[in-house]
Amino acid sequence: MIWEIEILPRLRDPERERVLTEYGLLAGPQRRDRDLAEFALTARGFLVEGIFPLESAQRLLDALLLDPLAEWGRVGELNALQSFEHPSGVTALAFATVLLKPGVMDPVAESVELAARDLGIDLFSVRTFRRYYAAQPMPAPVRDLLFRKILANEAIEQAIEGPLLLDHLTLGSEYTFQLVTVPIRNLDDDALLTLSRSGQLSLNRAEMRAIQEHYRKMDRDPTDVELETLAQTWSEHCSHKTLKGHIEFNGRLIRNLLKETIFGATQEIRSRLGPNDWCVSVFEDNAGVVRFDDNYHVCFKVETHNHPSAIEPYGGANTGLGGVIRDPLGTGLGAKPICNTDVFCFAPPDTPSDALPPGVLHPRKVMTGVVSGVRDYGNRMGIPTINGAVCFDPRYIGNPLVYCGTVGLIPVQRAQKAAQPGDLIVAVGGRTGRDGIHGATFSSIELSHESESVSGGAVQIGNAITEKKLLDVIVQARDRGLYSAITDCGAGGFSSAIGEMGEKVGAEVHLERAPLKYQGLSYTEIWISEAQERMILAVPPRKWDMLRLLCQSEDVEATALGTFEPTGKLRLFYKDKQVAEIDMEFLHEGRPQVVRKATWRAEANPLPHGLGSDNVVRADQFSAVLHAILSSPNVCSKEWIIRQYDHEVQGGSVVKPLVGAANDGPSDAAVVLPVLGSWRGIAVGCGINPHYGDLDPYHMAALAIDEAVRNVVAVGADPKRIALLDNFCWGNTERPEVLGSLVRAAEACRDVALAYMMPFISGKDSLNNEFRTPGRTIAIPPTLLISALGIVPDVRRCVTMDLKEAGNAFFLVGETKNELGGSHYELVTGQAGGDVPNVNTALAPRLFAKLHEAIERGLVRSCHDLSEGGLATALAEMAFAGNIGVDVTSLGVGPSDVVLLFSESPTRFVLEVRPDHIEELSNLFDGLPCRRLGQTVKEARLRIAGANGEWLIWTPLAELKESWQKTLRW
Amino acid sequence: MLKPRVLILRAPGANCDAETQFAFEQAGALAERVHINRLRENPGLLHQYQVLVIPGGFTYGDDVAAGKILANQLSVFLGEQLRIFRDKEKLILGICNGFQAILKAGLIMPPDEDGPLATLAHNAHGRFEDRWITLEAAPGKCPFLAGYDRFDVPIAHGEGNFICREAWILKGLEQAGQIVLRYVESEARSAEGGARSAESGAPDSCAPRSALCAPPSTTLPFPINPNGSQGDVAGVCDATGRVLGLMPHPERHVLPTHHPQWTRRGLAEEGQGLRLFRNAVAYFL
Repeated sequence: MIWEIEILPRLRDPERERVLTEYGLLAGPQRRDRDLAEFALTARGFLVEGIFPLESAQRLLDALLLDPLAEWGRVGELNALQSFEHPSGVTALAFATVLLKPGVMDPVAESVELAARDLGIDLFSVRTFRRYYAAQPMPAPVRDLLFRKILANEAIEQAIEGPLLLDHLTLGSEYTFQLVTVPIRNLDDDALLTLSRSGQLSLNRAEMRAIQEHYRKMDRDPTDVELETLAQTWSEHCSHKTLKGHIEFNGRLIRNLLKETIFGATQEIRSRLGPNDWCVSVFEDNAGVVRFDDNYHVCFKVETHNHPSAIEPYGGANTGLGGVIRDPLGTGLGAKPICNTDVFCFAPPDTPSDALPPGVLHPRKVMTGVVSGVRDYGNRMGIPTINGAVCFDPRYIGNPLVYCGTVGLIPVQRAQKAAQPGDLIVAVGGRTGRDGIHGATFSSIELSHESESVSGGAVQIGNAITEKKLLDVIVQARDRGLYSAITDCGAGGFSSAIGEMGEKVGAEVHLERAPLKYQGLSYTEIWISEAQERMILAVPPRKWDMLRLLCQSEDVEATALGTFEPTGKLRLFYKDKQVAEIDMEFLHEGRPQVVRKATWRAEANPLPHGLGSDNVVRADQFSAVLHAILSSPNVCSKEWIIRQYDHEVQGGSVVKPLVGAANDGPSDAAVVLPVLGSWRGIAVGCGINPHYGDLDPYHMAALAIDEAVRNVVAVGADPKRIALLDNFCWGNTERPEVLGSLVRAAEACRDVALAYMMPFISGKDSLNNEFRTPGRTIAIPPTLLISALGIVPDVRRCVTMDLKEAGNAFFLVGETKNELGGSHYELVTGQAGGDVPNVNTALAPRLFAKLHEAIERGLVRSCHDLSEGGLATALAEMAFAGNIGVDVTSLGVGPSDVVLLFSESPTRFVLEVRPDHIEELSNLFDGLPCRRLGQTVKEARLRIAGANGEWLIWTPLAELKESWQKTLRW
Repeated sequence: MLKPRVLILRAPGANCDAETQFAFEQAGALAERVHINRLRENPGLLHQYQVLVIPGGFTYGDDVAAGKILANQLSVFLGEQLRIFRDKEKLILGICNGFQAILKAGLIMPPDEDGPLATLAHNAHGRFEDRWITLEAAPGKCPFLAGYDRFDVPIAHGEGNFICREAWILKGLEQAGQIVLRYVESEARSAEGGARSAESGAPDSCAPRSALCAPPSTTLPFPINPNGSQGDVAGVCDATGRVLGLMPHPERHVLPTHHPQWTRRGLAEEGQGLRLFRNAVAYFL
């Protein structure tokens, strides 16, 4: 018997509001108001299946599901609830019901099943739905737009008009074992490639040939699961074959780009530091590990989840964060996640709907979904999201970028792991379903306008509570020493996790033992499923009982799937029949070296920008330019996002993402205490600016590093204890000029890391971020995110960016040059040209060191780094954040006022200093560029005088703040 | 003197248990985090403790409604033991998700024949919100709040909108001295020129068919009252005063560096939330 339970809002109706907003985005507000005038309300509901009477369903509603003060509820037979008598007298008719597609994770349904058992109601199955009511039938065109674009996301949901045709809710059917082999030994190249494509293997000709050769030697054909395992392990996503492969760059051979640049720099730094080397494990585990104090290390990993987020923003971002949280958890013997970061790149949220290529979601919908997805996972996990950034550029229209990072804390004696021969292979956490099959290979290929429909199987929803339970038991099991190695199931599922963990030993896995969400999965599907919230442990047999009982005691499923057998082989079985036997060596080392061509040619530098140019901005327009920069989407307040994230859970918050007199100014970086009871902290910041990359990716990378470092140094991190992470998101690197730009960026990472003596400890690349439409291909701008993790020796010395008191002096530290290329000044005034800012690698480390000393000595009342929008923007932000006025009376001399106000030269800071500290600070910076600009005043205004004494800018702080806040006040 | 023992209840999705333990330890208690399954197996375990805390988090994902599934478990599996515990002059504290759970479990005010008297609904503006707010305490007989008047603490919730079924219920709670915490304007704000006009309320997208959108009923504007609670209610105690539920997080203001303005005002001796935990300890000394 299936009962329907429906719940309708008595207060706000957020789902109705969502539909109205999205309709307005696609059809405009006028059509929305006309077309949806009869759209009355929405309901959420449950289909419950079981052998029990209506009274039990009613009890489920009354005792559990309904809040009678906020909602109306009703129960009926299937399809009996199609009209609703609203107390206002309106009779509303259901015009659509939206259900998750079968097999898509439905956390709410799982919780209801559990809670119903608490009430003694024996359910078979629950499915949730949403229902939409209107006072009048919807006209066909309105209905069409709602069904195609708004009510449901086809990747995971279906919208149904009229009655639901269901006779049961339980999923799955019996699976009959049949071993599948794939004859490849006699295929020619074309047939090999066809096989690669049709099987979604994403392997190239050389790789298919190598596999063919291998099986010819063994005198047999591969099984389907062997081929899938190879494809999975050799995918760009898992092996990073481009950046680790051979690259012919402008005629020079690079044998392994990462080794020669980023890893190489780290090795060099470690050896130069000698006994002061503070790296523990870099580029080898799931996250990079560095020392924190005598008892703990910290680790950090940042991942991307771009392609899934393009198709299903909520689920993509949700599982993106869920996935990166498992990285620290799977690092060493398990690190406890202590904070998250998130950085997004979207097309402008005001993109008109007719500018959307086919198959693309509106960027505002993408942004809203992504933010909700991150929010719901991070908040539920109890991990504060403390730092981030959002960049906007039209080229992200089909390919938004979603970077999520997690920092973890790990006891020093738990930092190393190794699976031992004889250890049991134990899967813990969520069950296995058909979720995300082909995620790893899918994220290595371009998206197209067909992706919305064909790639749905690779998109998932997460269940944060399953992962939280997993985290709770893993930390306990770690501290009790119940396992010898751990890793997460990410892309490639069991295949990647067990394949990697058993690389040096060998593994034997019995696939039928894996707990399944529903029946009917083939052995291959079990092996490559990317169902979320699963980890693999290597458990010594004598510890297995203790681990099992621990997991059981907190309702976490743990299953021994097999053993790490010292055979050097990966052997898979289904009900005692062998379905795969692969040499670990061939699996991990057999992939032919990728050879790619890369070129880079410096563009002839356009005319220097600034003085003499025809469209130079007049002095009386500087205020308008400043307002335009402040309200530009990259610079404007992200408070709407930040406040949806719990950034204080775990109780370690020291410097919050929003600071100042009204707690709403833009903090440079966040600081948290990883260990309550100690004053030692970490600062987390980031740097990203794709606009510079259009001019020169080398300088873009250098500037991103400088920005990330500036941010953490500005709040009090020790420049001798800053670790960096790189995340490259690039277009199609099979095009030589695209790969060439990546080589340039990687070289800058090496050069700047060495100059700053700050090691890269982890990184990730996501290539092929391009969107194909019938007419054209839209490639994203090369986008490098640099994340910085700095140690703060004593958080009680931390500094925030808001001005503190009137009557203080403020100083500009650093050199200002005519570097307006890629600047926000150009962006908002519609100009181009000029030099991209260059990092002065000789000067910058000295400035960081002195600034840190000044902060440590307590000389700095507030500090803000200069980034997008230059000096004028930084001063405006400091002033309105502190609600303290600014008088700049000594701007200095430079090529032009425009340069002094808006140039984005790197390694610059504004410092607020009390009168009694001015001398000491000046002495400290003796011989370095450090100029006193003026003083803080109690009048709430920003005034900046030019070289000849005229006021270039004179604006009330309230107006500046309003410009900064209005853009994303959603 | 023996340290009072505090049981911090862990359930799937509870996530403020560690910092709540830290706060109680700072206050001089012996605090332990105990999984709900241990209490289900052995409800008598509860009586080894003097204070029961349901900490913040998202128990069972807040699926169905915030704290509801945990509330159901508290009633079904532990209802009798909880009543005995309270009647033995012991203390119960629910913070954020814990408040949602104990309110919905009827531990603060039992339902009458027409159902529950009050609930915590979705915030009036419809979103989860992390924000520092100022509270004004009317401690009355609630031992947790002795000596408090105004203090700053953060909220971090999506469902903190306190709604009573009828106006007389709110009035009755007020008269009984059970409304012990309210959102008020911070001194810094009032110095800045008083409450700004409310920005939230019904969104403009509610325009069509607005008859079906109920306006939130609220006293002070957003963000002083961050969620639209009737009577600006932030925390409520039961008739004995010994069961306290509150939406804000006092455990997030026990260190002086927790306060968002500490770099402006200088470091205080301690965070303003610490006293609440010390009061709970002092009650047993």
